[in-house]
Amino acid sequence: MKVTIDNITIEVEPGTTILQAARKIGPEVAPPAMCYYEPLKASGGKCRACLVKVTAGSEKDPRPMPKLVPSCITQVQDGMIVENTVNEQVLETRKGIVEFLLLNHPLDCPICDQAGECHLQDFSFQHGVQQTRYEEERRTFEKQDLGPNIQLHMTRCILCYRCVFTADQITGKRVHGVLNRGDHAEISTYIEKAIDNDFSGNVIDVCPVGALTDKTYRFKNRVWFTKPVDAHCDCEKCSGKVTLWYRGDEVIRVTARKNQWGEVLDFICNTCRFERKNTADWTIEGPTKVARHSVISANKYGANKIVPEFARRLAASQYKDVHEARDTSQLNIKQLPEERFKALIPPAGESAVAGIRSIQNWAEDK
Amino acid sequence: MSLPKILTAHTHLPGIETFDVYRKNGGYAAVEKAIKTMTPDEVVEEVKKSGVRGRGGAGFPMGMKWSFLAKPEGVPRYLVCNADESEPGTFKDHWLMKTIPHLLIEGMIVSSYALGANASYIYVRGELMYVVRILEKAIAEAKAAGFLGKNILGSGYDLELYVQPGGGAYICGEETALLESLEGKRGNPRNKPPFPAVKGLYQCPTVVNNVESISTTSWIVNNGGDAYAAIGIGRSTGTKLISASGHLKKPGVYEIPLGLPVQEFIYSDEWCGGIRDGHHLKAVVAGGSSVPILPAAMLLKTAAGEDRLMSYESLADGGFATGTMMGSGGFIAMDETTCIVRNTWNFSRFYHHESCGQCSPCREGTGWMEKVLHRIEHGHGSMHDIDLLVDVAKKIEGNTICPLGDAAAWPIASAIRHFRDEFEWHITNPQEATRPGAVFKGHMELV
Repeated sequence: MKVTIDNITIEVEPGTTILQAARKIGPEVAPPAMCYYEPLKASGGKCRACLVKVTAGSEKDPRPMPKLVPSCITQVQDGMIVENTVNEQVLETRKGIVEFLLLNHPLDCPICDQAGECHLQDFSFQHGVQQTRYEEERRTFEKQDLGPNIQLHMTRCILCYRCVFTADQITGKRVHGVLNRGDHAEISTYIEKAIDNDFSGNVIDVCPVGALTDKTYRFKNRVWFTKPVDAHCDCEKCSGKVTLWYRGDEVIRVTARKNQWGEVLDFICNTCRFERKNTADWTIEGPTKVARHSVISANKYGANKIVPEFARRLAASQYKDVHEARDTSQLNIKQLPEERFKALIPPAGESAVAGIRSIQNWAEDK
Repeated sequence: MSLPKILTAHTHLPGIETFDVYRKNGGYAAVEKAIKTMTPDEVVEEVKKSGVRGRGGAGFPMGMKWSFLAKPEGVPRYLVCNADESEPGTFKDHWLMKTIPHLLIEGMIVSSYALGANASYIYVRGELMYVVRILEKAIAEAKAAGFLGKNILGSGYDLELYVQPGGGAYICGEETALLESLEGKRGNPRNKPPFPAVKGLYQCPTVVNNVESISTTSWIVNNGGDAYAAIGIGRSTGTKLISASGHLKKPGVYEIPLGLPVQEFIYSDEWCGGIRDGHHLKAVVAGGSSVPILPAAMLLKTAAGEDRLMSYESLADGGFATGTMMGSGGFIAMDETTCIVRNTWNFSRFYHHESCGQCSPCREGTGWMEKVLHRIEHGHGSMHDIDLLVDVAKKIEGNTICPLGDAAAWPIASAIRHFRDEFEWHITNPQEATRPGAVFKGHMELV
């Protein structure tokens, strides 16, 4: 079955959704997903972040679909043509979705444990606008303790229903759900009951925002100061495949492993998550692969590698002009006046310094 | 020409809510005719020929909806009657069910027979508990007379009819949310496809029809689809119940032949009798609160200058720029004492309250629009709020799971489209506009 997404054609199995097909092509054309979660059945269709334009329904019936369709639950047809990042209407709508999702979101990222690995942060950074037009008061809730290990901060919730599906499908019995309607709808246990079963901790992993947080980790650290390491253990209840988050040589958090799209690969049990916090409990496999763009990878690679490529190229080409204007035999790069470089590289700080260094390297290589 | 009465022919008779009176006046003849002399497919064919369109609001041809029903072997099929009438301005189903409950029961039997359903449900709005009791009494009477239950009229066809009261949520009038609620779950609309005709109640093929649509089927079976199609105009066949309310001399439920001029409907003594004395018509919401509001002049004449008719096509003439929709037939007339801003805010308050909260544009957008309109109405608005409302409405419309998002966006977008000066007056004259009873006195075209 052939499907074309943003002018790239790919062959997929029947029954594949547009989103899955787009993910196969790569992150550049994959629509964002705030509620869809591949490991969870029946998830998706709610946040409307992944709306795309279908300009041709199929080979047989090439009419365009009248409305934007949610790509996470719309299956591809043979010969379907989809527009995602190249369609103005889609991008405009997505801006609207970001605005809607942030309307009642507290934007307390500086004190939120999820900051740095928050899907809503990524989504609004990539697709949103910088300012909100909302002048009214935001709706707020009291924090709730769902048992000893999980805290629910409903104010941050975007009602993706992932935690509800997780409880339905991973744990034996669901004791929490959505109460009320509309913008006062809330995730809650009935009469503040504790969520108490071996796999309840997975709701923390599936939460795209900081609404469900790990009480053993709350306010312990910022995610970009920690080092993720893949590890496993022999666990009777689950696969035992986890990611350990180190601060120095201390394990401060254990989570399930996630794929490129932030989806859990193997759900883990509460014993692994909350109780095994010693290196001795685990067999270490190696560092977790973290996407280069992620803030988690900050401070983990060499300084040169985070130099913005455009600045380097700009600096190099401008240096060339300087170089040609002067007598080459006289040139000593290290004695160039510093003002010159300040003019070459717009932003000050880390990248500018790194830029200067790269020019030096470039000159010295010559 | 005598006016065709299909649903209201006997509603004036005393005691028509009882089985005996209903039966004496030709009731349950359609059940006998259908079950004894017709095959289910023949009934479907008659309904198709009649061209009757769904009376719940969308106006989708009923016969076509029936023919979409999947019929896999060994899987039960269901008929569900949507009696969760909650659209502000619409009260026809409520009136029909309490006045002549057996008409719906008879329609349910005929329709279930046509669709091959052996269990059918009537999902009644939660506020109408007394109607639930009326329907249950009617079902018991019909069962005692042998029209329901096992082996109806000795034909071997079984049908059980159940009445289920809802919890009183507007969203449960959306067919998939209704099915969820009927299954005992939270009334959240489902993503479509799959449509109910393929996977509906308990994941089985299901048809969901409005009370009024189902009630017409017994007349269609008795008199034939062609006779029904002869009434009305063009693709708007038959008659329609209109719930007329607002500043009319004679508000109430009327059965009109489709194609009746709007002018005649408002001003003729036979129908609404005109606007209350000393006042003039300013605006009309023609099909229940979710359809676009129209100024009086635009409602009576189309953009081409022709008389507008009470029909699906004529009311929609000119698209949303100059037209509106038939909707569920909730006809709300407003005279010049009505403040459009306050009315729009009131509608938006309703949608904010009733949004299910499942998908983000509707959940967040309805609340936002309500708050902005509240601000404008209470004298704290600013000029860019008007464009903000238009933009938010545009971002909700068409991007939600179910039509509630559209229904929340249309009244606001249309009110600003046609009455922008009134919104501006509220913003520039906050002191005057917030006085009790204050109404915009600027240029208005009254009729």
